[in-house]
Amino acid sequence: MAKGKTTFDELLCKGCGLCVEVCPQKIIAIKKDYVTSKGYHPAYVTDSEKCTGCANCAIMCPDSAITVERD
Amino acid sequence: MSVVYQKSRGLTDVSTHYCPGCTHGIIHKLVAECLVELDILEKSIGVAPVGCAVLAYDYFNCDMQEAAHGRAPAVGTGIKRVQPDKFVFTYQGDGDLASIGSNEIVQVAHRGEKISTIFVNNAIYGMTGGQMAPTTLIGQKTTTCQDGRKEELAGKPIKISEMLATIDGAKYIARVSVDSPAHIRQAKKAIMRAFQTQLEGKGFSLVEVISSCPTNWGKSPVEALNWLRDNMIPYYPLGVYKDWEAE
Ligand SMILES: Cc1ncc(C[n+]2csc(CCOP(=O)(O)OP(=O)(O)O)c2C)c(N)n1
Ligand code: SF4
Ligand code: SF4
Ligand code: SF4
Repeated sequence: MAKGKTTFDELLCKGCGLCVEVCPQKIIAIKKDYVTSKGYHPAYVTDSEKCTGCANCAIMCPDSAITVERD
Repeated sequence: MSVVYQKSRGLTDVSTHYCPGCTHGIIHKLVAECLVELDILEKSIGVAPVGCAVLAYDYFNCDMQEAAHGRAPAVGTGIKRVQPDKFVFTYQGDGDLASIGSNEIVQVAHRGEKISTIFVNNAIYGMTGGQMAPTTLIGQKTTTCQDGRKEELAGKPIKISEMLATIDGAKYIARVSVDSPAHIRQAKKAIMRAFQTQLEGKGFSLVEVISSCPTNWGKSPVEALNWLRDNMIPYYPLGVYKDWEAE
């Protein structure tokens, strides 16, 4: 079981990639083949099992698009 | 599982107009989180600047007032003097605060006005398309110094925190950055201290936040933060420049 869980709000994400850089588990990527209704390629978690719930991604997100839960 | 991080209720539901990866958004979050954690959101009145943060009144979930370019400290002074029980903060860019508003910020500190200022230093005029600011680094290219800023023509970049720390009425002055989660945590602590300075009636407080402008620096959001770390932080050292408690 993963220790942490992240949820991305697609309508807030601007695909800036700052969360991708700061994830220690390197499990965030940008969905290049998908465009949100706001016109951005959004961020998503590639391997949710590895999330520790450290919240680095959410702290870094300028648009408050990420919610993090932890055990 | 329990929620360890979510969007602050100190912010409205509105999606901001800031460019992707612009750190204005991170600074907004920190201010909002501090207002909520100090339980002062309901009695807060913010003053928005002219600059990219001109629409900040749509984003902070408290009473807001827009001020003319550089005049947020004067407007904040007026609000605080007629409503001394309220918590008053200004949010200003470097063009707004260090250029057209440089007199206002010096005078508000001199008067020891009991308000708090968040000073966003991104070394450029963002909103108007990337002109040189007083804070633009030597050699940095902007639309009004296309070969890079030259000291002979424009002098050295102004160090607002160091300058204001010499003024008696300024009781808490710190410079922070938001380029990494560790620096963001430190920045939040400084904003907390600045806000407490006002709540305890000590005098003026200001936190200078080194910020990025990916769009006008011509860089990706990630490259912009690397540039900030390599170029801005060496010239603008982070730290607490004044703290009433340490005196
Ligand atoms: C009296 C007046 N002079 C000039 C302007 C044009 N103007 C708008 S924003 C701005 C500078 C904004 O730069 P900064 O304060 O650094 O904020 P940023 O956009 O970078 O966040 C200027 C010069 C104006 N709106 N009003
Ligand atoms: S930091 Fe936020 S806005 Fe940027 S890509 Fe990640 S979730 Fe999206
Ligand atoms: S909470 Fe930590 S481990 Fe999980 S996705 Fe975010 S940065 Fe990565
Ligand atoms: S122009 Fe620069 S400061 Fe303004 S929103 Fe865009 S990135 Fe941010």
